[in-house]
Amino acid sequence: MSGILNSSIGRKFAMALSALFLMVFLVMHVSINFTSVFSEELFNNLSHFMGTNPLVQGLMQPILIFGVVFHFVMGFILEAKNRASRSVKYASNSAKDNSTWMSRNMLLTGVVVLAFLGLHMYDFWVHEMTVKYVEGDMSGLIDPNNAESGFRYYEELREKFVSPVRVGIYVVAFVLLALHLLHGFNSSFQSIGANNKYIKGLKGFSKVYSIGIPALFIFIAVYHHFTH
Amino acid sequence: MSILDSKIPEGPLADKWTKHKNDINLVNPANKRLIDVIIVGTGLAGGSAAATLAELGYNVKAFCFQDSPRRAHSIAAQGGINAAKNYQGDGDSTYRLFYDTVKGGDYRSREANVYRLAEVSTNIIDQCVAQGVPFAREYGGLLDNRSFGGVLVSRTFYAKGQTGQQLLLGAYAAMNRQIGRGKIKMYTRHEMLDVVIVDGKARGIIARNLVTGEIERHSAHAVVLGTGGYGNAFYLSTYAMGSNVTAAWKAHKRGAFFANPCYTQIHPTCIPVSGDHQSKLTLMSESLRNDGRIWVPKHKKDVEAIRNGSLKPTELAEEDRDYYLERRYPAFGNLVPRDVASRAAKERCDAGYGVNQTGEAVYLDFASAIERYGKEQAYIKGLNVDDKKVVTDLGKKVVENKYGNLFQMYEKIVDQNPYETPMMIYPAVHYTMGGLWVDYNLMTTVPGLYAIGEANFSDHGANRLGASALMQGLADGYFVLPYTIGDYLAHDIRTGPIPTDTKEFDEAEKSVKDTINRLVNNQGTKSVDHFHKRLGKIMWNKCGMARNEKELKEAIQEIAKLREEFYKDVFVPGNENEYNEELAKAGRVADFLELGELFAKDALERNESAGGHFREEYQTEGGEALRVKEYQYVSAWEYKGQPSDAVHHKESLEYENIEVKERSYK
Amino acid sequence: MNLTLKIWRQKDANDKGKIVDYPVSGISPDMSFLEMLDVLNQELIEKGESPVAFDHDCREGICGTCSLYINGRAHGPATKITACQLHMRSFKDGDTIYIEPWRAKAFPVIKDLIVDRTSFDRIQQAGGFISVNTSGNTQDANAIPIEKENADKAFDAATCIGCGACVASCKNSSAMLFVSAKVSQFALLPQGQVEATDRVLNMVKQMDEEGFGNCTNTGACEVECPKGISLENIARMNREYLAASFKG
Repeated sequence: MSGILNSSIGRKFAMALSALFLMVFLVMHVSINFTSVFSEELFNNLSHFMGTNPLVQGLMQPILIFGVVFHFVMGFILEAKNRASRSVKYASNSAKDNSTWMSRNMLLTGVVVLAFLGLHMYDFWVHEMTVKYVEGDMSGLIDPNNAESGFRYYEELREKFVSPVRVGIYVVAFVLLALHLLHGFNSSFQSIGANNKYIKGLKGFSKVYSIGIPALFIFIAVYHHFTH
Repeated sequence: MSILDSKIPEGPLADKWTKHKNDINLVNPANKRLIDVIIVGTGLAGGSAAATLAELGYNVKAFCFQDSPRRAHSIAAQGGINAAKNYQGDGDSTYRLFYDTVKGGDYRSREANVYRLAEVSTNIIDQCVAQGVPFAREYGGLLDNRSFGGVLVSRTFYAKGQTGQQLLLGAYAAMNRQIGRGKIKMYTRHEMLDVVIVDGKARGIIARNLVTGEIERHSAHAVVLGTGGYGNAFYLSTYAMGSNVTAAWKAHKRGAFFANPCYTQIHPTCIPVSGDHQSKLTLMSESLRNDGRIWVPKHKKDVEAIRNGSLKPTELAEEDRDYYLERRYPAFGNLVPRDVASRAAKERCDAGYGVNQTGEAVYLDFASAIERYGKEQAYIKGLNVDDKKVVTDLGKKVVENKYGNLFQMYEKIVDQNPYETPMMIYPAVHYTMGGLWVDYNLMTTVPGLYAIGEANFSDHGANRLGASALMQGLADGYFVLPYTIGDYLAHDIRTGPIPTDTKEFDEAEKSVKDTINRLVNNQGTKSVDHFHKRLGKIMWNKCGMARNEKELKEAIQEIAKLREEFYKDVFVPGNENEYNEELAKAGRVADFLELGELFAKDALERNESAGGHFREEYQTEGGEALRVKEYQYVSAWEYKGQPSDAVHHKESLEYENIEVKERSYK
Repeated sequence: MNLTLKIWRQKDANDKGKIVDYPVSGISPDMSFLEMLDVLNQELIEKGESPVAFDHDCREGICGTCSLYINGRAHGPATKITACQLHMRSFKDGDTIYIEPWRAKAFPVIKDLIVDRTSFDRIQQAGGFISVNTSGNTQDANAIPIEKENADKAFDAATCIGCGACVASCKNSSAMLFVSAKVSQFALLPQGQVEATDRVLNMVKQMDEEGFGNCTNTGACEVECPKGISLENIARMNREYLAASFKG
């Protein structure tokens, strides 16, 4: 068991586990976001719960952050090692004939998603964290000048999608996330060694998931942009 | 009295081997650690011997010219391996395998050796299964068998069409275990270029590192050659490009007698030659004859129509086809031994019935097998047995399961789909029964120099039965040599390491270097392949499937002349201190040019037809091989400078347990 | 056919190497790819130039020696075959063909198109075997029935010819398909169970030490494998490895 992360299989196993964890997180994230489309109140309540519940904030959030950071750092380490394993490149290489673009460009799609994540954190998370933990206001983004108006999670969300540039970036990032998932979903099962008939049955589901989840995120963004 | 002592143990045939094992000397485990053994060649024989000797505790140095022991040409054996397991309960026994092998070899092999081979055959299967070799199995989980030519039982174990691969990888794995333990020191990309004899005993080799060109000295208490056959003397053959006679030939030059060089197996089912560019021929496993039927058109007009493309073979009516093997040999039909099937194909093609452009091809047809299996499956599945499409589809599935990789290989090379149209096949050089003369202990006439597997001559007589090469290679390596070599090495426990700084090593190294320098510095104009191709043409035309006195005499002259020309006019690019394939090839072809002449000389001496050696002057009225009683001996040739000077020795063959009679498959 | 060949020439391991152009003419579509190279080499020899060194031996697709990266693909454009089984009918008159050696840090070039694949042997030496001596006293071969499905899958895995096309075509130069084929063969057979834990740990350790990259499941190896070794074997090896690791 010791040093499993020093072995090639151990590393990809860890990569897969963090990926599976992040994929579960994405489901939760999109579910909550989607409530914003039909119920401002539900969205606000859920957001407040997630933002102030000590279990979520104290335990799940650090795990999530660790998961994200781990996934990215490990991804870079693997990529560096993989590049080092071939010092002279081919003069002619026709990789398109034996593998998908997605599978070969996980780094590219991953980096774009990472960049987007930076923007995303700046947009939502940094601000919220500042309010909550720096200013100590745990009330849930209530406008201090207008306390009756209730939670402002929903408004904050709407506001972010006014700018067409931001929505554009948002759309591009999620398209790349979809590409990342289209390879990553099945890849993670393969990496943990699950390749039986049930997992093969998941192939169809993996497509639905990989396209569906990012599509929902895009839909939410576009919806708010055009209904503003 | 011949100077050849075969050292066959006394006693009844069935007890000889057991008794011999009880009588011979053993080396105690502590002393084995003090003894080095060199093994050249890592195919089934060499690989299995290396692994076993290392398990026993000897220090083994193994050599191969390939980049890995796993690439030895045993890997290309397709059909299977025989063993007298009688799992099918069809009457098989050790005696019957022995009998079939001696008869199949046209009564030109040594009884005691063949019986021992049949006896240990069952151990091989047990051993290989224990090693994880994935033989084909039936649905009940037990091992499956199939039939091969020249026998009336199913005793062939197989792993699809890749049996040799699986067995070799088994031996390779056994070797790897010992390499990992440090008991085998492996030298890959090394070619043996001479044997070093000290005080009359083989004590080492000179090898060339093919990557750096360095000439190396390696010493040992015994040297084992598992270096395969010499069929590449014909240039075109089913051998690998690198297969060569050099190790065996150098041993011959150092005193090992060469036995029966003219016994060559020409395999009936190979993909025909397509043009001058061809570098090698591809075998289609004999197992195909379990289900394929061989035919040519009955009438010349159909032959013409097929050749010019106006008639498809599938369109020719049943009654217009000549299933000549079934016609001539009703008892064995398409499963006659290889020599018989090859000659029959040649006979039809010479008579003008060949079905391709060159007139050198016959059909191997699976249509009736597809129909038969299809009907069987349709019946089992409860489908309509009369629906042609259903039956054909089901039949193709069955055939694909059995021979899929062979069919695919055929399609890749010929660009025709053998499920739809019959395969075209023609005989090609495949195996050499001849080789270094060895006694019952597998030792050559040089003390301490052993030859195992195809490199020796011992078990197959004048013709080898299908699926027996793998059996012999593994029997020699796993179960025979490891015992018999102990008898010899028991005298070496106090010898200590063999030094390599002696005059014998100096002399051998100098001779190797001289030959290399001569080749590299020769200011010739023609490539090595040029000479190799010309040698191949002489061999195929005059020493091939049918031979006669006149042409053999011509061949001897022509080969000697070609050899002279070779040394005058060969051009080897590059130098000796680098990776230089042309140089390696030049050395090999130089040896083929000597062997080829001895081959023809041996064929000329043998005034009879036996197995793969067919002399046109000696045939029955029905065109079958005509053996001559006076030639019931092994020819062993002693080197005396030039092939023409080789001295002929005879080891007479006695048959006490088997009646020598006409070899009939009718 | 007339063709332009762009061939990697490298004198020895220390040479830098470069692509050199060679025109060839009069190539028949029935020639195998290696026979086409034979034609070129004969011409080079006649001109007194050094012929192109390439690895080859059985020329029937089973020894695994040939190792050419042809027009950007291991063993060329066709699938499920080796370079020696590739025929010139797969190309057309006037084509330009790139011919390069396998590229991987663990497969250093020896000369021209020849690479050193002894790293594969060392992986096998680390555990690719069942420890049973040649005693002749093993139990009867039919004493352990093996489910046909497993026997067939073990066979399929065992058909690996060790050519290295998987490594060559993997963007990460990963040897996972090669190693998993041997691990799978034994994992599927009862004979292989006794040493299963050590086998997978040792073989993977050796694989990592040789400098092969990590598998990212692109599947290129499976597509380019001349024997069609399945990716399932990699999943099986992952399973075996993880189970062995947690077992300790």
